[in-house]
Amino acid sequence: MSTLTMNKAATRLLIDNKAFLALTLLVIVSAALSDNFLTVDNILNVLRQSSINAIIAMGVTFVILTAGIDLSVGAVLALTGAFAGAMTASGLTPWIGVPGTVAAGAALGAIAGAFVAYGRIQAFIVTLVAMTILRGAALVFTDGRPISIGTTEAADLFWQLGGGYWLGVPIPIYLMFFVFILCWAVLHHTRFGRHVYAVGGGEKVARLSGINVNRIKISVYAISGACAALASVVLTARLGSAQPTAGTGYELDAIAAVVIGGTSLMGGRGRIFGTLVGALVIGVLNNALNIMGVSSYFQMIAKGAVILLAVLLDSRSTSS
Amino acid sequence: MSAVSKDRWHSAEMPTPLMELRGIAKRFSGVTVLEGVDLSLYPGRVQALAGENGAGKSTLMKVLSGVHQADAGEIWLRGERVHFTAPRQAMDAGIAIIHQELNLIGGLSAGENIFLGREPRNRLGMVDWGRLYRQAGELLARLRQPIDPRTPVAGLSIGQQQMVEIARALSLDAEIIIMDEPTDSLTDIETEILEQVVIALREEGRSLVMITHRLPEIFRMCDSVAVLRDGQLVHDGPTTELNENELIRKMVGRELADRYPYEPPTLGQVMIEVERLSAPGVVDVSFSASAGEVLGFGGLMGAGRTEMAQAICGDTSIKAGEVRIRHMPVRFTSPRDALRAGLVYVPEDRKQAGLLLEHSVANNMSLAALPAFCGPLGVVRAGQEQAAVEHYIKAFHIKLQDMHQPIDTLSGGNQQKASLAKALMTEPEIVILDEPTRGVDVGAKREIYLLINELKRQGKCVLLISSEMPELLGLSDRIMVLANGRISGEFTRDDATQETIMTAAAHTNSATETVTS
Repeated sequence: MSTLTMNKAATRLLIDNKAFLALTLLVIVSAALSDNFLTVDNILNVLRQSSINAIIAMGVTFVILTAGIDLSVGAVLALTGAFAGAMTASGLTPWIGVPGTVAAGAALGAIAGAFVAYGRIQAFIVTLVAMTILRGAALVFTDGRPISIGTTEAADLFWQLGGGYWLGVPIPIYLMFFVFILCWAVLHHTRFGRHVYAVGGGEKVARLSGINVNRIKISVYAISGACAALASVVLTARLGSAQPTAGTGYELDAIAAVVIGGTSLMGGRGRIFGTLVGALVIGVLNNALNIMGVSSYFQMIAKGAVILLAVLLDSRSTSS
Repeated sequence: MSAVSKDRWHSAEMPTPLMELRGIAKRFSGVTVLEGVDLSLYPGRVQALAGENGAGKSTLMKVLSGVHQADAGEIWLRGERVHFTAPRQAMDAGIAIIHQELNLIGGLSAGENIFLGREPRNRLGMVDWGRLYRQAGELLARLRQPIDPRTPVAGLSIGQQQMVEIARALSLDAEIIIMDEPTDSLTDIETEILEQVVIALREEGRSLVMITHRLPEIFRMCDSVAVLRDGQLVHDGPTTELNENELIRKMVGRELADRYPYEPPTLGQVMIEVERLSAPGVVDVSFSASAGEVLGFGGLMGAGRTEMAQAICGDTSIKAGEVRIRHMPVRFTSPRDALRAGLVYVPEDRKQAGLLLEHSVANNMSLAALPAFCGPLGVVRAGQEQAAVEHYIKAFHIKLQDMHQPIDTLSGGNQQKASLAKALMTEPEIVILDEPTRGVDVGAKREIYLLINELKRQGKCVLLISSEMPELLGLSDRIMVLANGRISGEFTRDDATQETIMTAAAHTNSATETVTS
């Protein structure tokens, strides 16, 4: 009897969440096509590889829930990664460096958000401009060269954030789940989360309901920036250096994860769990194609096709 | 107008129906919405369709116009059986429907909207703008509308937009024109114009169907009235055969004892004073209202009442003048400030400004009052919130299956009650209600009136904006009338009559009209 209700719950989960269904199918197909896919090592590998995109995408989810868009996250990642690299190289402990980096990301996001909120410029334009400027800033800051984190004690500790393990599980995976739980709690259990949904559902309604719409808008871009900065820490730590052109195209992967996860680009509708699953869909796909030895050129085509399919599935189910 | 329609007009004296619905049934996911409905439409007749919200009126019209397909029953048009599978087919067969939510593109001009998809072309295949605007102008002139067909629709009043929709129906040369709540968002003067348009269309031999909540209009404009109740036709006959109260009884299936349950006020202290307020669309408005009082605001559409409310609640900025609450001057820069000071505005436009349609009933109802349910770090205490929502659902008799269902699945009346509940959850002292019964059926209207009385009894100060004259007269303790953004009259309950208010509402308007024309 209990297995029956469990089965029911599982079916419900699959039906409610198209992205989850897609992920399950993808895992089954990958496991069938390759013996190497469903191994503990490879699963951990996929999760670790997905963590950076997942962390960024969860931040972008907040923005998209308000019917905005953030194209600047890849550039924010490059610039804040350079900050993190430089701070660590100077011997600054990550206990200060990492919060500092995240704060810098939040500040960069907040500036973009202020232009969206008070400047009444479309988010697409503001964040496109921010992307261009911050890419340039990252090149200026690094002088176009990678910044090595060095070999100090601080650098060793910092490196753990990208390359370390705890209980046999890579640290980035913990960070990903930590961000997920935090975002989930904020979105579904706080007034701020409700206000995010309300602003996306109808700005006029939100304003008349006593919501400080501008503050919400600035906050979501700040959250997006902070998440991108945290992702930059993971990336920089893992590589041992900050790359001036890091994160190119990451904004599109993040948006793809959000959309695969079922969040509406029109705002007001979506869930953070969907985004996490969406990022995993992209991660599993990349991994499976790699294992099967598909060339990276074809991988891009396959990835595009899967994103299209996932979104098609979602729009079919919501429109009927 | 032409020989053809004249023939039709003559043949109407020996009535053969233009369109016949026989035994129409429709179910939505197992729920019967229509059952065994027969209805005949005749040329040169105006058929009213009455019934409470959810009675199936709109569904019936959607079946008639090809939006929905009937599960059972037949549709006959000009003696032939037809099956419409798409609105386009019904349109081609000469059936035009004007939906309650107007289907116009705001950025395009009136003329472009009228001929959308059917723009007249010149020899080169390009749009013949000259002809388009000339023809659009002629259609609007036939409706006696001084609208420039080049004006973007977004810049027109709702009444004018409605006329643009009617002009589009005329441009299609539709023989059957269905209007869903055409007068609901119109002022009395606009309604009068619509009435003349309806009479003219009827004389041309067209068949009209009007769905309306405003009962006097049924008797003024319609030849016969059909009543739907719970998806079944409970009455169909000439309007001369019954009076308003009998019609209501047929609609609700029970007696509505007293439509405007007025209670004399117990006045408390002065809650709000507005002095020489000027804001966009508002000029030099002054008034004051006390606790336990319902102050009504009458006027034509666009007279500045909504603009006044928006300025008072901080949604738009005040250019000059002062607002005092409990004698203390206030300067709200956003509705948020107003809410904190105990003033709440319930907007007229539920769909755009009042509710988040895709979101759940519960989330909508608690949205403005959320700070009251929050603990440290802004965490929402779900139990407290749910209890409050449940309390209001019960107290306001909001009919629903589940508080987590999307609010746009509720009927108009229940949405409006939820909208009121949302405002009252903030525990305000001053409540501005803007057209609180728009799009609401007779039964729910009365419930809203009782709620307004309850607010009065609780000592709240209610500012009631209403374009429905009997409602305004029936509920208000005092009435201010606005015209062109200014106060044009102030009446005590005893002085106020439909005539005195109309005169005040139209006074400055007609003055400016004669100046401009």
